[in-house]
Amino acid sequence: MNFDFSDDARALSESARRMLTEHAGPDAARRIMDSDAAYDEPLWRQVVDLGLTAARVPEAHGGVGLSPEESCVLAEEFGRSIAPVPFLSTLLATEALLLAGSAAQQAKHLPGIADGSTIACYAWGEGANSPTAIPATRAEGGRLTGTKSPVADALAASLAVVTAAGEDGPALWLVDLKDARVTPAATLDLVRKHGTITLDGTSAEPLGTSADYQRFIDRAAVILAFEAIGTAGAAMEMAVGYAKDRVAFGQRIGRYQGVKHKCADMYIKLELARAHALYGAWAFAADADELRHAAAAARAASLDAVRFAAEENVQLHGGIGFTWESNCQFYYRRARQLSAALGSRAFWADRLVRALEQRNRAAA
Amino acid sequence: MDFNDTPQEAEYRAKVRAWISEAAREYEGLPEPKSQDDYVARQKSWQRKKYDADYAGLTWPKAFGGQGLGPMNAIIFSQEEARSAAPTGLYSIGLGMCIPTVFTHGSKDVIERFVPKALEGSEIWCQLFSEPIAGSDLASIRTKAVRDGDDWIITGQKVWTTFAHLSDYGIIVTRTDPAAPKHKGLTMFIVDMHAPGVEARPLKQMSGGADFNEVFFDGVRVPDAWRIGAVGDGWKAGLTTLMNERLAVGGKPRNSPGWRTLMDLARGIDTEQGPAIERMDVRARIADTYINDEGVKLTQMRALSALSQGKTPGAEQSISKVVVAKTMQDMAAFALELSESAGFAAGEKDSELARLQGAYMWSAGLRIAGGTDEILRNIIAERVLGLPGDLRPDKDTPFNEIVPL
Repeated sequence: MNFDFSDDARALSESARRMLTEHAGPDAARRIMDSDAAYDEPLWRQVVDLGLTAARVPEAHGGVGLSPEESCVLAEEFGRSIAPVPFLSTLLATEALLLAGSAAQQAKHLPGIADGSTIACYAWGEGANSPTAIPATRAEGGRLTGTKSPVADALAASLAVVTAAGEDGPALWLVDLKDARVTPAATLDLVRKHGTITLDGTSAEPLGTSADYQRFIDRAAVILAFEAIGTAGAAMEMAVGYAKDRVAFGQRIGRYQGVKHKCADMYIKLELARAHALYGAWAFAADADELRHAAAAARAASLDAVRFAAEENVQLHGGIGFTWESNCQFYYRRARQLSAALGSRAFWADRLVRALEQRNRAAA
Repeated sequence: MDFNDTPQEAEYRAKVRAWISEAAREYEGLPEPKSQDDYVARQKSWQRKKYDADYAGLTWPKAFGGQGLGPMNAIIFSQEEARSAAPTGLYSIGLGMCIPTVFTHGSKDVIERFVPKALEGSEIWCQLFSEPIAGSDLASIRTKAVRDGDDWIITGQKVWTTFAHLSDYGIIVTRTDPAAPKHKGLTMFIVDMHAPGVEARPLKQMSGGADFNEVFFDGVRVPDAWRIGAVGDGWKAGLTTLMNERLAVGGKPRNSPGWRTLMDLARGIDTEQGPAIERMDVRARIADTYINDEGVKLTQMRALSALSQGKTPGAEQSISKVVVAKTMQDMAAFALELSESAGFAAGEKDSELARLQGAYMWSAGLRIAGGTDEILRNIIAERVLGLPGDLRPDKDTPFNEIVPL
């Protein structure tokens, strides 16, 4: 049995972590928060130079051709560092192209992603819609009309993968953003900049089928689960570090069970999420039927972990944690972004139960 | 990534599967044992077969009669054993916890006298640690052992002792130096459970069953030669046992109700808000139960995977019991409430509701056994996350200044 990441994937994640520890983290996040920049351009160049945008792109298109495992470990490292770069957005678009793109679409877009000249985003959100509800954004004769908002990294991106109503339910479309209007959209997350994409008869190419769309959101859920696990881990480390340091009533607060049990619960939720996410990574890489329920459980468990760690991190810091100067807010706000990034926790819990029901019926 | 056996594991699995299917055939279709003697006889016969075929003590060193194999061999063997009708369970404490302590800390004579008999199954063992006033705070043991020539005289009471009434021997932790601080005045012995002055009484639990015993020691004589480790080193020897226990008390008990139980139940219930299975609160609970129980199972797969690769499993294993026990309690309470009055009225024997009621009762004990939820969270926080330990005001105080003994 080998239920763990490959040595290659681990090596890649370590080199990403080294670079991100040096150049990303809360200070970089704060710089971007305080500026009008859409993302941290010098950091992005380092990400590209390290070959991280090329990791998943096949060699034929100028990439390295690595496996889904590498997408997962990188998602965790970017989640941990809350790096203000459009890496996850571009990665989700890359996965969409790999899953559902025609040879021509792949040849057109993947080389630019690999060499860093193309930044892409994934635009699905519309009001209170869930990922599988029919979007108001509609296609007619190869043109899309509708409004997508808030879209992470839309301001940085030149290419968007858009969810719109297809013939058999929601499906993916490719949009060149110079044909669309993109304006800033304020969200609760002040570090990851979002935009509104207004499509008004904008020309678009279909990207796969509605069935591809369903598989895509499962794969995306696994990747985003790893991102959330990274962020949850960072929030937990911050809380544990503070509990080891801060003295109250004559002793370090980490001695109090009220404090240490919260930290233990952070760890428990994090490891449950990691186990499911690892199972999701296996199902993704093996293209196994188990992906449907594995992805849903990973996504739901990871949102539990990140929300709990982010909230209790503020709580363990006490008053200082509630100040603007404290870094607690980055994880607290990011937890909101992550839960809005691809359908809520409740949506994925229900999708999990649907998948389990289907498996039960199939087994009966 | 894959979930497959390595070629060596597959080969070993095929070999033990073939042996077990032949050796365990005689137990297939047998009714439940009619008496305690029947139960013990059946268990003894299986252990003896394993011993004769060199399948006992798989991971023990060869010097102690074991097979010197790796943990994956033992895991594969017990997986295959669980698929068969082989009667197992009675030796889990003795061979899983007691005897490894005996051969780690015991003298050569003690090892020669006791280990082979335990391994062949002719002698059954129990572990005598917990006391009414020494549970989570295990080092506050009050059972005394007083030196008398070449013997020690043991007086006191132990509790929650599994299989005490069936056992021939036990390992017991006693206080031999009341004037020393609590961890330092302890010594471990082997005690003959049939000796005069030993009395094991079944302890009736809240759930109505009696799966454990309380054991009374009234002037029980034990030879000094049966001491395990040095005088005053009982805590160290006890930790060896507990490490082995934490490995054993982990996952969700086999066949206990889980998310599937709740799903099946919800399908059959109509509520004012429509079929229960379509209610979002019900679906959310099914999802939570799945996430917790399957998350633990997948975490254990990570540990197995590490063992299979010859690595040490990570600290994540420590979440297992604390998750499983509370999940069982929450799921069972939810399922019983979903069943309204029917969930409260005593369920018919062997019905799903009766199993859920049983799980609800049992889960309260499971949250305590082998480390309470609170102690396990302390362990995660202190040993895994590195937070400072609780203040222990009695740590350096002579024990008899805290408790008159």
